Amino acid sequence: METPAFTPAMFLAVLPELGLLVLAGLVLFADILLRRRRERDLGLLTFGGLLLVAGLTLVFSRPNLVPELVFGGMLRMDWATYVFRLVFLIGAAISVLFTMDSDRRIRGGAFYLLVIVSTLGMNLMAASADLIMLYLAIETTSIPLYVLSGALVRDQKSTEAGIKYMLFGAFTSALMLYGFSLLYGFTGTTQMYALKDMFDTGAIPTAALVLVALLILIGFSFKISAVPFHFWAPDVYEGAPTPVAGYLSTASKAAGFAVLLRFLAVVFPDLYPSWLLVAILAVSSMIAGNVLAMTQKNIKRLLAYSSIAQAGYMLIGVAAGTELGYTSSIFYLISYLVTNLAAFGIVVIVGRTVGSDEIASYAGLSRRSPGLALALMVALLSLGGVPPFAGFIGKLFVFAAAVQADMIWLALVGIVNAVFALYYYLVVLKVVWLNRSENEEEKIPVTRPWALAVVVCVAGMLLLGTLFAPWYQWAMQAATAF
Amino acid sequence: MTIQQVFFLAVAAITLFAAVMVVSTRRIMHAALWLILALFGVAVSFALLETGFFAVVQVVVYIGAIAILIIFAVMLTRQVFLDVGPQLNRGWWIPAVLVAGLYAALVGVLSTWSGFQTQAAALPEAASDLSQFGLALVDVNAYAVPFEVASVLLLGALVGAIFVASDRKGVER
Repeated sequence: METPAFTPAMFLAVLPELGLLVLAGLVLFADILLRRRRERDLGLLTFGGLLLVAGLTLVFSRPNLVPELVFGGMLRMDWATYVFRLVFLIGAAISVLFTMDSDRRIRGGAFYLLVIVSTLGMNLMAASADLIMLYLAIETTSIPLYVLSGALVRDQKSTEAGIKYMLFGAFTSALMLYGFSLLYGFTGTTQMYALKDMFDTGAIPTAALVLVALLILIGFSFKISAVPFHFWAPDVYEGAPTPVAGYLSTASKAAGFAVLLRFLAVVFPDLYPSWLLVAILAVSSMIAGNVLAMTQKNIKRLLAYSSIAQAGYMLIGVAAGTELGYTSSIFYLISYLVTNLAAFGIVVIVGRTVGSDEIASYAGLSRRSPGLALALMVALLSLGGVPPFAGFIGKLFVFAAAVQADMIWLALVGIVNAVFALYYYLVVLKVVWLNRSENEEEKIPVTRPWALAVVVCVAGMLLLGTLFAPWYQWAMQAATAF
Repeated sequence: MTIQQVFFLAVAAITLFAAVMVVSTRRIMHAALWLILALFGVAVSFALLETGFFAVVQVVVYIGAIAILIIFAVMLTRQVFLDVGPQLNRGWWIPAVLVAGLYAALVGVLSTWSGFQTQAAALPEAASDLSQFGLALVDVNAYAVPFEVASVLLLGALVGAIFVASDRKGVER
């Protein structure tokens, strides 16, 4: 693909990143200038800024019908970039809403700045069309996230989460970088859209390409927490501040899928038979995630294992390798974003009052806060794939994609898993709705930012689960644009 | 085998040995010194690839600045310089087997590639022209965007480092 020379119009292609950078600067200055009442104002500033950037992206960064490479082939303006950017920005905005009022220790300009920088990195991950750019984008996403997971410096579990996440991240990122450098060694180019043609001319043994693909796949599997590269997830989600855990499990996972989809579709389409590896990842993630989730006592660990299983469902669409497969994965990601953010958000709200993340402490929630209990029910049923919520449509499409790609066995494994998974979601709901507790008169306070975030997520789940056509259309445009 | 290859193998062996020592020695100061040797080995590898500039950068930045900074940080922060406790857990052989298998597979597969036996061609004279490198970094049609993103990454890392470190001296709020 030709890379056109630079024109000033290309700045529109990086408008979201420029906006985020300006916002990061504003947050830092506001942190110094607004001494009093600053905690809340900073959160509002970040939230408003992220929404504004999302709005600007929506209007001005809309790609042309013909995708184009910009900035010397570093980035690519296409629908996939566009849709994923909006997903990250909205995910970050909702996470910021949940961060406000949550824990005194994790507020302040530095915290919000790290969220903004990692969102910027995710945007670039989705847009990257060059190995060097991609690697820098992945690190720009990851390094702030390592710090955010360890943000409660005085809390042993949080520190452990940060260190563990960083060590796993550094290790898998080294393997991935080795894969990238082998690709460069084989072809002499780092441009992702030129690599495939070079494979054909370079007489590179297929086995070598499969091994390189495996190395790179390890790096991406870590980001999406697919089994067997999931070991960090439960400990990190449990230790990290809950809003960060929600952000990690949704936006960061979506970013991993954005690069995974682009890489497989653009660089390795000819290796399709060995995409069976992805199907194996999907099966192992679903089974391990769901089986391990059943015995969890801590809701954050339960959601961590459930998010591993959810990554497995999304991988079904990737493994199908068809247009419908990609579309279903992207749609699943969007529906999973609102669903899991809501689940983690409710854990934030309840944890703030109850002071514990044990499932047992959710007893009597339906009487202490009927609204929250209802929202939690919607979120967990959506995770379990019950109509009319978003998760049901997402699962329906990925299973359909597997059937269409002649992988009926994969769809069957997925369906069996979905049925078993419903069990542990219902166990939590049983505690929430049926178990009694002694302090049922104590209401759980829900501040306005929290209420807004929960309402937006629940509305999103209902919207995606009923009027799914326009969003499906978006996912399809993204899936065909790689 | 040419002299250059022998030399490379020797340097690679020393680099790897030093790298293993970095993680296996119990004295943290020794680890920092071994790290300097490993980084120096990498610098020599760059020199063998005829990229003198990166060899110099490796020495100046990694050894001259980063490794020395690590030593200072160690001296300023850790009271105890000796690490105690087990260094391996029961499952250590599983990753060892996996990594060894991956390495064997990579070497086996790569050796079937035609480029595996190719001798490194001498670089053209213009390759050592650093102004090209500098221009590429600021050229919007080349690496300007990654270059800028690297500075954003460093900003994030800087703020993150301060965020993690500064809480300790503050009172519990």
